[in-house]
Amino acid sequence: MGDILGLIGKRLGLGLVILLVISAIIFFMVELLPGDIAQAVLGQGATDENLAALRREMGLDKPAIVRYFEWLGGAVTFDFGNSIVTGERVSVLIGERFRNTLFLATYAAAIAVPLAIILGIVVALLRNTVFDRVANVLTLTSISSPEFFLGYILILYFSVNWGMFPAIASLSQNMSLWDLLHRTFLPALTLVLVVTAHMMRMTRAAIINLMASPYIEMARLKGTPPWKVIVRHALPNAWAPIINVVALNLAYLITGVVLVEVVFVYPGIGQALVDNVSKRDFPVVQAACLIFAATFILLNLAADVGAILTNPRLRHPK
Amino acid sequence: MVKSKDVLLEIRDLQIQGYSDEQWVDIIKGVDLTLHRGEVLGLIGESGAGKSTIGAAAMGYARDGTRISGGSIEFDGMELTTATEAERRSLRGSRIAYVAQSAAASFNPAHKIIDQHTEAPLQYRLKKRLEAQEDAIELYNRLRLPNPEEIGFRYPHQVSGGQLQRAMTAMAMSCRPDLIIFDEPTTALDVTTQIEVLAAIRDIVDQFNTAAIYITHDLAVVAQMADTIKVLLKGEEVEEAPTKEMLDNPKEDYTKSLWAVRSLKREQKSRPEGATPLISVKNVDAAYTGGVKVLDDVSFDIYEGMTVAVVGESGSGKSTTARVITGLLPPMEGEVLFKGEPFPPDYHNRSREQLRQCQMIYQMADTALNPKVKIAEIIGRPAQFYHGLKGGKLKNRVDELLDLIELEPSQYYNRYPPELSGGQKQRIGIARALAADPTFIICDEVTSALDQLVAEGILKLLNRLQKELNLAYMFITHDLATVRAIADEVVVMQHGKVVEQGPKEEMFTPPHHPYTDLLLSSVPEMDPDWLTTLLEERGVDNIGDAASARIDPEDSRISK
Repeated sequence: MGDILGLIGKRLGLGLVILLVISAIIFFMVELLPGDIAQAVLGQGATDENLAALRREMGLDKPAIVRYFEWLGGAVTFDFGNSIVTGERVSVLIGERFRNTLFLATYAAAIAVPLAIILGIVVALLRNTVFDRVANVLTLTSISSPEFFLGYILILYFSVNWGMFPAIASLSQNMSLWDLLHRTFLPALTLVLVVTAHMMRMTRAAIINLMASPYIEMARLKGTPPWKVIVRHALPNAWAPIINVVALNLAYLITGVVLVEVVFVYPGIGQALVDNVSKRDFPVVQAACLIFAATFILLNLAADVGAILTNPRLRHPK
Repeated sequence: MVKSKDVLLEIRDLQIQGYSDEQWVDIIKGVDLTLHRGEVLGLIGESGAGKSTIGAAAMGYARDGTRISGGSIEFDGMELTTATEAERRSLRGSRIAYVAQSAAASFNPAHKIIDQHTEAPLQYRLKKRLEAQEDAIELYNRLRLPNPEEIGFRYPHQVSGGQLQRAMTAMAMSCRPDLIIFDEPTTALDVTTQIEVLAAIRDIVDQFNTAAIYITHDLAVVAQMADTIKVLLKGEEVEEAPTKEMLDNPKEDYTKSLWAVRSLKREQKSRPEGATPLISVKNVDAAYTGGVKVLDDVSFDIYEGMTVAVVGESGSGKSTTARVITGLLPPMEGEVLFKGEPFPPDYHNRSREQLRQCQMIYQMADTALNPKVKIAEIIGRPAQFYHGLKGGKLKNRVDELLDLIELEPSQYYNRYPPELSGGQKQRIGIARALAADPTFIICDEVTSALDQLVAEGILKLLNRLQKELNLAYMFITHDLATVRAIADEVVVMQHGKVVEQGPKEEMFTPPHHPYTDLLLSSVPEMDPDWLTTLLEERGVDNIGDAASARIDPEDSRISK
């Protein structure tokens, strides 16, 4: 086990280094944009004196490198400064939104991941049958349609025509969990439709890829029933690629949901990012980007660790 | 005549088709087979003869891409060709079991050995898990696996190949089947390990009076195992006879040619006097990054135009030595000399002229040739790289090379490796090595993946080329029959050390180093009583790994 902990430690360290590099890229990219926060706050009519005064007040007169480390120092303790539009603390402003996005992502993932893997196993078992083709066509259709289109279709049927779910997923205080799940069902379903196909097809491919292995033939020649051949003999060896695709899709659920959030007016972090880019609220934008980057890194790390843990050669060294 | 109730398996006019190039082609063309309870039938033939396909068919199983298209397979009164899939499946593992060629690949890496062992008995509800485990341990004990109590609780990658093969035989026994199909169970093993497995299989088949179909291409092996031998060629039966009769008095020409392969022999050359060796390996120590030392003070010389065979079990450092000579693995200590001049240890630092001198031919022609590149380009590339040939000159050179390896240039020029047979691919590998116009070629187990007849063709070709081009070969092999056929000098390696070396005649006449002795005596002979005699001499507990472990590489009980 010591080896695995060492490996995880190494990956974690590497993840931190990558995050540091990304933070620098984010900070200096924003720095490269024409105009600065002072200008954004005061607008076009600002005099040079006013600008200079505000810059001094906000510490913008210091060299970029110094400000980067100040910002980084804050970011480490989740203090991303204050919004320049509302003056609120960025962490408060984004924290709430991020929790909402996480909730929606978890909701969608809780449906999509088991669904995709079970479907993947079933189509691998029934490969080249009608069921396999139909499942393939349906999931391909859902993955090829833009999210907003899927969202509107779902709204058309589930909200407008049948009135089963609300079209707008706005949140309010003190909602019961049931209400929350009911109200956010349509955005979650849209996301499920978008991510399931990818994971299902990878599960199918990873399993079928192993079906020519000698140990699969051995299992068949021991009289193992076909479903058991797949679940017991192929699946345990197919986890590594499946986990990687699942991780990529989970990351997408968090960082790629902006369209879905807009369609369903869901107060998530994607919408916050878009709003604040247009408002030039740089501290919020920087914080949101950093959170996205961290999400990607963490999920990929989790996928690596997951793949290691499912490999018996690494788990049980000689 | 045996009473008909004793007949366990009866196959009549079996026809099997395989799907290739978008059509069904016959691969088994009407084979009959009768097997009685407790009888062992040896199926022998080259690859492509359909041995394994028949073995699988005896379980009512058609591999992916094949189908049973005619004939009948009757197992203990049940007609398998018309039975439902569920009925057929209920026989597999319980009444008919299968032992595959590569145990390392046929055990699922994700589960413990014992869990795979108990899968069938649990599936058929023959035993409770604990009973099944106790039974497994009992079988491991009978098969003389080390630490039988504990070995099953390891994962396959934690156990050696020979032990895995025995564990797989134990697994086949888990439901006490009436019939076991052994599909080349020892082909992938070293001679010393092979004996262990052969002894174990024969022992257990005797103890439980199990019938078996033993599939192999090695005559000497099948002679030890089978009561009856059936020879197959391209999906058809050549002849069948009781083992002794078949060995002493084969009727058909094809059978006789199989028997004759081992007679290839060539005059032994001796070192030219006063010459500098072409390649001289001097006191080489080597290790892979961060690993333990795999070569320990290895020294030997190879003279121009001579063949030096390097023999030893897998893991003895044969291929590592080749990597050191080619510069793929710079040694930790020692050096490699070429015509007395030091060869730069890392191939990056060798000049094109130095690189040209030393070429390689690999064991698996399948993986050593890029399947997407035309033959002309595979052979042409080194000719272009080393000699700057272009256009018409390059084409002439490629034609010349194809002629050298006895393939018709116009037919092969534009083909791709997957279209060729195993032997043809290996010839292309040889042509690629020759294209550089080397003085020295390393042949790494070049015939071990080939059938005997094909292998013989390759060996003859190499012999001819050596004579014509005055090549020196370093011939890595674990097959002593090959050594006997082609070597001038022999280097025996064990655990990364050279334990004995000398001219071939000397090496094959006693006294030997004990390890050489073990290797030599472990090579199966055509005598059906060979294994029995050997086991009596050595005792069942002193074969294979056990015997090998008792030998100290430093031991020099040999008179030099």
